[in-house]
Order: sequence, then C-alpha cells, then structure tokens
Amino acid sequence: MDSRISVSITSDPQLLAVVRAAVAKVCELAGYSDEVSQKIVLAVDEACTNVIKHAYKGRKGQPIDLEFRLGNRNLGITIQDHGEPAEKSKLKSRDLKEIRPGGLGVYLIKSTMDRVKYVTKPDSGNQLIMTKSLP
Amino acid sequence: MNLEIDIQSERDYDLIQIKGEVDLYSSPSVRKIILELTKKRSPAIFVDLGEVNYMDSSGVATMIEGLQLCNKYDGVFALLGLRENVREVFELTRLDKIFTIHQDLESALGAKTK
Repeated sequence: MDSRISVSITSDPQLLAVVRAAVAKVCELAGYSDEVSQKIVLAVDEACTNVIKHAYKGRKGQPIDLEFRLGNRNLGITIQDHGEPAEKSKLKSRDLKEIRPGGLGVYLIKSTMDRVKYVTKPDSGNQLIMTKSLP
Repeated sequence: MNLEIDIQSERDYDLIQIKGEVDLYSSPSVRKIILELTKKRSPAIFVDLGEVNYMDSSGVATMIEGLQLCNKYDGVFALLGLRENVREVFELTRLDKIFTIHQDLESALGAKTK
C-alpha cells in the first residue's frame, strides 16, 4: 500500500522554504541520491511558484495542497490549487535559445520528472500531477 | 529571513554578496539592488553566490535581467563562486554558457584587467 504525505500551505512565497524542506524529507525516505533529490525539490518549488504567480496572480492566503504518494515503483506528487487555469502557452517548456528572464520553471519541472500532467476543472481548480520512478 | 545581502562598492566595480536561498520570496530583494546598480551604470557588477545554497528560476531570471541591463551599456556582469547545486540550475537551463562565471573576486578582477 502507498504511503501518503500531505502538506498544505497558503500562497505566500515565504512558505516555499517549508515546502522545500518537506520535499527533501520525502525524497530522503524514497531513497533518492542527493543530486536527484535537489532536482525534485526544485521541480516542486517551481510548480508552487507557478501556482502563486499565475493561478493566484500573486494573491496571498490562497490554498495550495500537495500530496506525495510513495509507492513501490514511483513517487507521485499532486499539487492542487483553486486559482485561474493556466494559459496553454505557459504549460510548454520554452525554447532555451531564447535568453530572457522568466518561463524556465516548466522546463525545469519537465526535465526532472518522468511524467507531468496538468488537469483543470472549473469546479475543482487545477492539478499538476507528476511522477518520478524510484531509484 | 532566508537571505542576507551585502554590497561592497569600489571605484571600478560593485560586489554583491548573497547568503542563503534565492527563490520567489527573496529574489525581489536581489533584483532591487541589481536594478539600482545598473541604473547608476556600475562599470562592473560581481554577484558572489558562494554562500547561496539554493536558487530557483526566479533567481536565475534576476541574473538574466542583470546581465541584459549591463550589456545595454557595455558593463560587466559576472557570477562568482557557484556551488555545485546552483551551477546545475544554470547548466540545466543552458545558461552557464551565457554568463561569465569566476571562482572568486580575485579571478574576476584579474580577467577584467586583461
């Protein structure tokens, strides 16, 4: 049976440090190397950053719920928000030849996680579902 | 507060020393300083990241902005002392080739006078 860990924060950038600490601990439990753990921490941080910046447009106090499912083969991470749906263009990795600030988060997420799925529903908000195979 | 920033201003350059984590919360403080220095056309801005143990794309974006602003007036913008995990973020985004990266201030100043 999968182990489940839930972490809920409000959309305050100061709380991203708390999320990073939680993700690092989950990665340690999952047995990832330090190098891979750091990349997963970064991927989750980038996903939460995108929620704060784009779904909630920088508004503080809005809910962000993270759920980690540690199975036999995979680590699954779901990030749920109740903000505005992402624009399709914001979900694509940008061309790295383009040198400009911003837009790197999705690339960093996709380059680390094995599977990334974005689901948006008018009544239940947005979900980013990511999986990474265990070491 | 998860970030400390010190600025050392000399005649030929400004050194920004950052300690802690650069993320969505803390990167606006770094950005503010870089914007102020580029506004007064600092001839060279060295950003010492030797004590930065975490940087996300907000931090990277701040560095790109600094580089682009300095390039506009032919100023120097260089990063110093990147730790392995921070360097990796620049490598993952293929920006390590765009930035001038030195080990420390001494080597940055040596390269500047060459």
